Amino acid sequence: MQVPAFFEYQRATSVEHVVALLERFGPEARIVAGGHSLIPMMKLRLAQPELLVDVNDLHELSGVSVVDGQLRIGALTRHAELLASAVAGEHFPILHDAERVIADPVVRNRGTVGGSVCQADPSEDLSGVFTALRTVAVVRGPDGERTVPMREFFRGPYETAVAPAEILVELRVPLRPGAGSAYVKVDRRAGDWAVAAAGAVVSLGPGRVVTEVGIGLTAVGDADFTAVEAEDLLRGEVADEDAFAAAGAAASAHCRPVADQRGPVDYKRHLAGELTVRALRAAAARAHDGTT
Amino acid sequence: MTGTVGGCAGPGFGSVPRKEDGRFVRGRGRFVDDIALPGMLHGAVLRSPYAHARIVSVDTTAAESHPKVRAVITGETLAARDMAWMPTFSHDVAAVLATDKVRYQGQEVAFVVAEDRYAARDALALIEVEYEPLAPVVDARRSLDADAPVIRDDLDGRTGPDGRGNHVFDWETGDEAATGVQFARAAHVSACDLVYPRVHPAPLETCGTVADYDRISGKLTVHATAQAPHAHRMLYSRIAGIPEHHIRIIAPDIGGGFGNKVGMYPGYLCAVVGSIMTGAPVKWVEDRSENLMSTSFARDFHMHGEIAADADGRILAIRVSVLADHGAFNATAQPSKFPAGFFGVFTGSYDIAAAHCRVTGVYTNKAPGGVAYACSFRVTEAVYLVERLVDVLARDTGRDPAELRMANLLTPDRFPFRSATGWEYDSGDYPRALRTALEMADYPALRAEQKERRAAYERTGAGTLTGIGMSVFTEAVGAGPRRLMDIMGLGMADGAELRVHPTGTAVLRLSCMSQGQGHETTFAQIVSHELGLPIDAVQVVQGDTDNTPFGLGTYGSRSTPVSGAAASVAASKVREQARQVAAVLLEVAADDLRWDVGTGTADGGNFAVAGVPGISVTLREIALAAHGGLDLPDGVDGQLTASTVYNPPNLTFPFGAYVCVVDVDPGTGEVDVRRFVAVDDCGVRINPMIVEGQIHGGLADGVGMALMELVAFDDDGNHLSASFMDYLLPTAMECPAWELAATVTPSPHHPLGAKGVGESATVGSPPAVVNAVLDAINVRHADMPLTPAHVWRALQGRPIRPDIAIR
Repeated sequence: MQVPAFFEYQRATSVEHVVALLERFGPEARIVAGGHSLIPMMKLRLAQPELLVDVNDLHELSGVSVVDGQLRIGALTRHAELLASAVAGEHFPILHDAERVIADPVVRNRGTVGGSVCQADPSEDLSGVFTALRTVAVVRGPDGERTVPMREFFRGPYETAVAPAEILVELRVPLRPGAGSAYVKVDRRAGDWAVAAAGAVVSLGPGRVVTEVGIGLTAVGDADFTAVEAEDLLRGEVADEDAFAAAGAAASAHCRPVADQRGPVDYKRHLAGELTVRALRAAAARAHDGTT
Repeated sequence: MTGTVGGCAGPGFGSVPRKEDGRFVRGRGRFVDDIALPGMLHGAVLRSPYAHARIVSVDTTAAESHPKVRAVITGETLAARDMAWMPTFSHDVAAVLATDKVRYQGQEVAFVVAEDRYAARDALALIEVEYEPLAPVVDARRSLDADAPVIRDDLDGRTGPDGRGNHVFDWETGDEAATGVQFARAAHVSACDLVYPRVHPAPLETCGTVADYDRISGKLTVHATAQAPHAHRMLYSRIAGIPEHHIRIIAPDIGGGFGNKVGMYPGYLCAVVGSIMTGAPVKWVEDRSENLMSTSFARDFHMHGEIAADADGRILAIRVSVLADHGAFNATAQPSKFPAGFFGVFTGSYDIAAAHCRVTGVYTNKAPGGVAYACSFRVTEAVYLVERLVDVLARDTGRDPAELRMANLLTPDRFPFRSATGWEYDSGDYPRALRTALEMADYPALRAEQKERRAAYERTGAGTLTGIGMSVFTEAVGAGPRRLMDIMGLGMADGAELRVHPTGTAVLRLSCMSQGQGHETTFAQIVSHELGLPIDAVQVVQGDTDNTPFGLGTYGSRSTPVSGAAASVAASKVREQARQVAAVLLEVAADDLRWDVGTGTADGGNFAVAGVPGISVTLREIALAAHGGLDLPDGVDGQLTASTVYNPPNLTFPFGAYVCVVDVDPGTGEVDVRRFVAVDDCGVRINPMIVEGQIHGGLADGVGMALMELVAFDDDGNHLSASFMDYLLPTAMECPAWELAATVTPSPHHPLGAKGVGESATVGSPPAVVNAVLDAINVRHADMPLTPAHVWRALQGRPIRPDIAIR
């Protein structure tokens, strides 16, 4: 029978209230937003928090907007809101590509962007997306606010840079005019976690030379969800099939997948390369090189 | 959806909306978990974390001292009541709560009864069990090795010859010598190893019960998810020692069964014992993981098939050997003289001179079960085998799979047809079904498109590959003739009782039990068809053993073939009784009356005097008179009521032809099912809409099994598929818009000509999908499920073994 163990519950009225509760209860307190990971884990008793801090009333934490050259996504923004956000899709189609393949509409209606990245599941789609986008996470705690680059955010499976008494409040994606972006994923069935997935953001200069590139990888064992070697190979090269293939080969070679029922290591390694190529190809096709 | 529907002439039949849906779409269904009785307690099961371990000790002291715990039941508690073991449907015994060893991960070890379900779950953590882990048998192919650990040491060397400790049975069918002769003269022989992996029925409502024992009257009422309430009543009586007339089984609305709710599970029995011990009702409802880990699985057949053909592509013979993984207890639910179910129909839809099959059943450290999930007692495995073998033969001999099938199908003039393994197919027109499916699919155009796509892929290295797969299946459903077929000695005949009330409405009482099939509608339509009453004027009662006649329940597509026939016969009897009453009313001889079924008004049909226009009496008038003061002749009872027990003379043999079109991305191994054409012939269709709904569900099942469903284990026997994150069911996203059509070949021996359809699509669709995928990637064989990883590995020439953990 799946029923959670005993826990206390508080509905937070402000971010300060959240931080105060987290400070008082220590690491045995957990924030609940959409709850789509935490509640099942509690029902299976894999998680037995003493206190749940419900942040769903903190409407100031949700919303998508452009401020000071950044796309700002509140941590409490539901997946469905991000998917429906025209401004997000206009600047970064990768966000809509990814949201379309995250779980199902029921989960997307409730699950939050901040909850997804804070869960730090090795197969989380948004983790690879935000590392590719060189996003900055804004975290608030007892000592005020600080920022953490997404590429330093993940500390291993289910571990992040967010300290026990801190809360992720916002994700800030620097706008990159002309850049193209895309996300591709292979799953066994709609709504399943990724077997592997890749996200790419490509900025092109004259002659379709790659001026900057971000490549995120999901579910293939990269602790920071990033294919740095592939990025380094591609930067400064002409964005063509040969360059993409070389980047794909680098991504494939440097990832560290583990075998599970979604697939063996050789297949996941192959996908890391194949999907990197496909994501780069699609991102480059969406990019403007500034000459037209 | 395209196509025609047929066989629904006459009042009553047709695509009317389902009577039960009014409550279901409003969320007003009443399922086991909706039941709350005064003072009800809650049970929870402690399960084994090990696949194989000796139980050293079980300490319940801390759990018993929990303030909300009312009882803790262990194997020892049950042993004191002689209830630690229960009989299975297959001449074996299974543990209720483990006393000596645990034999699979998730096996029941203890049961807590508490005041609420949270306390029950909390108390499980307070029970201390000391285990001594033993080496498990996970790979069925290793189970008969001389050094394999013996799982069933409780059977004390009784399990097999030559000291083969994990041996359950050997069974064979067909003529081995005659088959050998055909193979010897064959111009071509193709052989193939195929695994039909372990899958699970996974009904959305898990199994559960509310057991309510009345200490004063000694009566036990069990509300349970039971596909076979009457069989369950007998089992409770035998196991718990309560007289059968003191037991009432009530199956309320059931949220899907697919065979999963045929069997008797330890949780049901523990709830009964918990109620006896506490004097209060006890509810137990399993969670998703418990359902997937411990209840009846399906399939798990390791098959080696050979098919022989002459130089013209004429199929001569099929030879098969099977290793069947039955788990830790042989608890398959099937007619007891058929240890491999109806697998013997593996010669399929073809005219084959000889066939032989040998099946060996083995024990492994996995959950028991085996026959479940809409399989018509292993017809699913049989159809998969033959339809894959025919495709392999086509590939090996360079023939088109459609042409090869067409050339070998049984023709309509061969029916009734006795197969090489002794089954008498009642009726069929297979070439028409296949022709219809190929025309709907536009087969030549598909082949041309496939060629173009492959050429483009080979030229550019990009794009997808198209595959076209088909199957022509013959089902064997409606068990069955009781001289041949029984479950635990209970012959598979079904009772039905029909009573027409004085005002001309009626109540039909059935022994079978809907799990979503729409019995309340279909069976009312049968009575309407026979008596001319409106469908809404017929109440259908099912699932309550105190208020229904005896019968074996709903599974194996048997409701319409057996209970449907019973309902038809009971209604005919009522009509003949009504004729006698009408004769008295009209003062004529009964033989002079002609029945007119009418148009389905509240008057019902009527009897008119032959040759005398204007003199008639309606069923409604007859019903009132039959309950009144009319002086009836000897031998004619008052009131209007009849009962019957229908013993089917044979199984019915529905069939169909399916064509599946897939697109495969060779770069990722992803499969997109683009089209699925299904031509089904289940004889006369009582409610074509319900039939099509059943087919939709079965086709989705087929896509699921072919592409994603799998119960896998690791080397330690850990269950790797214990949630819907790991055991994948198909969604609408994986299913195309089904293209359905019907042909109607009535069953000659069923009173309505109907054949049963609940499992046809589940049986017929997996080989069509697999054949399509393998056709796309030009691979001879790869086992289900064809996940992206598996398709990609098959393309590399290194298929994955599906039944164990992926490495």
